[in-house]
Amino acid sequence: MAEHTGLNLTLRVWRQENRHAQGRFETYEVKNISTEASFLEMMDILNEQLINEGKQPVAFDHDCREGICGMCSLFINGRAHGPDDDITTCQLHMRKFHDGQTITIEPWRSGGFPIIRDLMVDRSAYDKIMQAGGFVSVSTGGVPDANAIPIPKADADEAMDAAACIGCGACAATCKNGSAMLFVSAKVSQLALLPQGRAEAAKRAKAMVAKMDELGFGNCTNTGACELECPKSVSIAHIARLNREFLKANIKD
Amino acid sequence: MKGFFKSSIGKKFIMSITGCFLILFLTFHMCMNLVYVFSPEGYNMVCQFLGSNWYAVAGTGILALGFVFHIAYATILTIQNRKARGNDRYDNQNLPSGVEWSSKNMFVLGAIVCVGLLVHFCQFWAKMMFAELAGCEGTVPEGFATPGYETKAAVDGAAWIGYYLSKWWIVLLYLVWFAAIWLHLNHGFWSMFQTIGASNSKWIPRLKTISTVFTSIIMGGFALVVLVAFFRNCCGA
Repeated sequence: MAEHTGLNLTLRVWRQENRHAQGRFETYEVKNISTEASFLEMMDILNEQLINEGKQPVAFDHDCREGICGMCSLFINGRAHGPDDDITTCQLHMRKFHDGQTITIEPWRSGGFPIIRDLMVDRSAYDKIMQAGGFVSVSTGGVPDANAIPIPKADADEAMDAAACIGCGACAATCKNGSAMLFVSAKVSQLALLPQGRAEAAKRAKAMVAKMDELGFGNCTNTGACELECPKSVSIAHIARLNREFLKANIKD
Repeated sequence: MKGFFKSSIGKKFIMSITGCFLILFLTFHMCMNLVYVFSPEGYNMVCQFLGSNWYAVAGTGILALGFVFHIAYATILTIQNRKARGNDRYDNQNLPSGVEWSSKNMFVLGAIVCVGLLVHFCQFWAKMMFAELAGCEGTVPEGFATPGYETKAAVDGAAWIGYYLSKWWIVLLYLVWFAAIWLHLNHGFWSMFQTIGASNSKWIPRLKTISTVFTSIIMGGFALVVLVAFFRNCCGA
């Protein structure tokens, strides 16, 4: 049986006491990390090591660890969610790294996401945008038969693709303008494409864009970086729909 | 429409409409310049038709207004975007391939376009339309005047082209300027459709292709005129 050799890595981790404190990088060594471990498991190993040394563990967000909750939010070696496409940080595995590598781990850096501690950021701005209009408030009655309201498959598919957005914030964190347009457009699209959500599409687009602007997110300049770094591959075509809905809503006024 | 133009999307909408207007102007300007390739005399006829007539002056005024709005909103949006990005920058950011360089540097490219435009204004507009309006028409440097236009420097566009574009370093600067405009337009063209909502997942790649082709035709046309002028006047072709 071949001898198992793990990875010996150097980690440059951003440490910051709180929102107002001065942050800095600290360097740690971790040894014999299995290539089959997830990135967050490697972070757990680092934290155990720090606790055993009597040091403060690194604070980072995580929850489901299966790519659906949107909690993990690390910027690893210059990319949101690390060096792989269409995955969240919790789906990143150590086989993507090589022995002896230095890994730089940073929090989301965007005006809309202030740092709480170390690698944890406050993403409640996205919740506030959702509270402004990201819901259906019209009475939709009881549960109808599955085929009582015909919905074209293309629309259903596109709504589903938009609904895949988990609100992790990688879009705004990657955007050079700190724009939340991909997130807002995904939420507007998933509802506007379906009959129950269509009724309030204009009101919703206006309310969510107004809240996004109020919270200080930047303006979209169509670089497309958000789409490339989105772990759910949400398309910037939804941004075009949001622009269309917003324009139509304002013309109707 | 209350509050529309104060919203982030409204400001981008203004950028799109003014940008569209500037693209249409460039298209017209390139078509006009192409006449020079076939006939310098024909080009002068176009210059004479436009001259300082009311429609040309009105067009220039509207164009200037569109340009001012485009620059003003670009500046406002850039300042807002820098603020939204926050003060902390990533120690290391490796964007995946697929993000156009021009899309990240539109403001810088716009600034280069503006500097080139100032030089272009000093070389041509100031000596043609402006000179005619101000009544201070000068003379074309000796040996460059088009026969029959010796006393009409303000409409002898072919002579001014011949004079300036006979120098290799001015030709080089113009080609660099055109490259900056190409990069700016290549992103701006499809981005314009995206911002007004006239796009979807099928049309984004199509619009990007149309954008590259259209921009190449426009800027290729301008570059052709510059090169023809250089070889015609420098090499005496």
